[in-house]
Amino acid sequence: MALLDIEGLSVRFKTSSGLFAAVEGVDINVDRGEVWSIVGESGSGKSVSMLATMGLLPWTAQVTADKMAFDGQDLQQLSSRQRRRIVGGEMSMIFQEPMSSLNPCFTVGTQIDEMIKQHLGGSRKERHERALDLLAQVGIPDPARRIKAYPHQLSGGMSQRVMIAMAISCNPRLLIADEPTTALDVTIQAQILELLLRLQEDTGMALILITHDMGVVAETAKHVVVQYAGRQVEKQDVKSLFANPRHPYTEALLSALPERAGDRDRLPTIPGVVPGQHDRPSGCLFNPRCQYATEHCREVEPVPAADDPARTLCHYPLEDGISPSPAAAGAARDNPQSSPHREVRP
Amino acid sequence: MFKFFLVKLAQLVPTFIGVTIVAFAFIRLLPGDPILLMAGERGISAERYAQLESQMGFDRSLVVQYLDFLKGLLHGDLGNSLVTHAPVMDEFMSRFPATLELSLFALAFAVIIGLPAGVLAAVKRGKTLDHTIMGVSLTGYSMPIFWWGLLLIMLFSSTLGWTPVSGRISYMYFIEPVTGFMTIDSLIAGDWGAFLSSLHYLILPSIVLGTIPLAVIARQTRSSMLEVLGEDYVRTARAKGLSNFRVIMVHTLRNALISVVTVIGLQVGLLLAGAILTETIFSWPGIGKWMIDAISRRDYPSVQGGLVLIAFIVMIVNLLVDLAYGVINPRIRH
Repeated sequence: MALLDIEGLSVRFKTSSGLFAAVEGVDINVDRGEVWSIVGESGSGKSVSMLATMGLLPWTAQVTADKMAFDGQDLQQLSSRQRRRIVGGEMSMIFQEPMSSLNPCFTVGTQIDEMIKQHLGGSRKERHERALDLLAQVGIPDPARRIKAYPHQLSGGMSQRVMIAMAISCNPRLLIADEPTTALDVTIQAQILELLLRLQEDTGMALILITHDMGVVAETAKHVVVQYAGRQVEKQDVKSLFANPRHPYTEALLSALPERAGDRDRLPTIPGVVPGQHDRPSGCLFNPRCQYATEHCREVEPVPAADDPARTLCHYPLEDGISPSPAAAGAARDNPQSSPHREVRP
Repeated sequence: MFKFFLVKLAQLVPTFIGVTIVAFAFIRLLPGDPILLMAGERGISAERYAQLESQMGFDRSLVVQYLDFLKGLLHGDLGNSLVTHAPVMDEFMSRFPATLELSLFALAFAVIIGLPAGVLAAVKRGKTLDHTIMGVSLTGYSMPIFWWGLLLIMLFSSTLGWTPVSGRISYMYFIEPVTGFMTIDSLIAGDWGAFLSSLHYLILPSIVLGTIPLAVIARQTRSSMLEVLGEDYVRTARAKGLSNFRVIMVHTLRNALISVVTVIGLQVGLLLAGAILTETIFSWPGIGKWMIDAISRRDYPSVQGGLVLIAFIVMIVNLLVDLAYGVINPRIRH
């Protein structure tokens, strides 16, 4: 039985112009101790789907799913009290903006203590010891002094470490990290990722890493979900995803990696932006930006083939880096910069 | 923290000097003259007028009079009332506790009702309860105090007979003033009946005086809560699996209070101003009524002294609010 088992997750927001489907048809099934990654550009619904899992979306959001279970417990059936026992305790989350994610009015120690008290209990002294221990575990120097610090006295990297200490304080079985390094500078990013992976290995918890950085995915995850405009377009393990991307979007993301660009002068990019609420194209949502798109793609919405383990949301999934789309030959001829035949592999 | 306090205190000095100038000039700008008013319809001879003028020191230049006023002020001497000849300080201090007592009860009423109402409106945003609370508070804010006071007296005192019309305590009790607070003095005297009576007399004036601050506090609390509810750290608090009550009352309210406390502090100035009207309606023997009398008699020392003291109190309250910030908001303290 998977630890986190989600099928057909949809999130719709009530807006002044009707319902807006921010996330639709996302499946994810994380086993104990696995590292997963959810990738996609900004606006592809990565955070929203995980916030929905945690039950942290505002009341304007309507969350539906065919299945949404944590450790066999149906999250949709639980009372809010029962759900709060899981959220924070068994399943915890850290966020993109560490500086604003800590309450400015309370010390680091108070905020960690509150979490431990809520889920584990214990005497004041035990909880204090545990908080000190956690701060040391996440690599904060001089925990005895830092535990009395207020968030505004910490740097972004330190704040994220505190958030991580808090998130793992109750020995969760699943940690969701929502772009934990986006707001940090580059040298700190690597440290935080390393810390997350080390903690994951030490504790054996499962980890879901939300990111838009394919490089991070390659270094960390075992399984990858690719999302585009709220839809899950592909789901594979990391090796086959890098060797054999099935969806043109995944392929385009991969070819934008400097490591894969070889000695080209310019990095290939994906033209255009993710469609928002008001500019959704008909047919496949990716068609305006897809080099293989055909008339069929512009008219008919794709559904994943039943026999496709990657559940690729495409009319013409790539096979060994070659698109069977009738438009592929033309695209290759017109645009050699982003040829589907890549020689460069990691 | 101590340095913060000293800086804030130093900033008050120029404000205070400005207040003394305004208070000194304000009453002299009014048409009318204390000597002519005292003489009344009989009129006064030019010699007698000049004699009284030099006796009261009004024949000196305004600058000299002002410096004289300032000199006395630095010694804690505000001069004597032209009407009663008693020291202005004594006159003020004997009446001020009544005003302070009324203002504190009004403020307590405003905070105790306004704060939870604002929180509730924010939590139930867009629902009927929210619209009701905001509608009622807007009505309260727009209501003229004297009209509202008279309406309440008509309903609760005249028609229903639930509350007394005016005064501080029933005529059946006589309480020796110790602190000047009727509620405290009656407790010191150990007279429960008097204590309850003094509370009974406080109800209606407190509601009248507290209505506008209540509306302001409720609206400020609501908007401040709504702003904080959208903060990342509130999401973090929810992600910790805390109860809704704890997320709202600890993580959100604590941050929302920072701006609410400012507004509460600002209400103190309004309360003292509003007290003048409320005291007149309820014949409450405080500084409001005393100031009105002093102004109508052009009692220069009483008016300027009273204004300076009231301004001083408002400034001290604002200083306390600044200090309260430091306690609530660690970003200022450090």
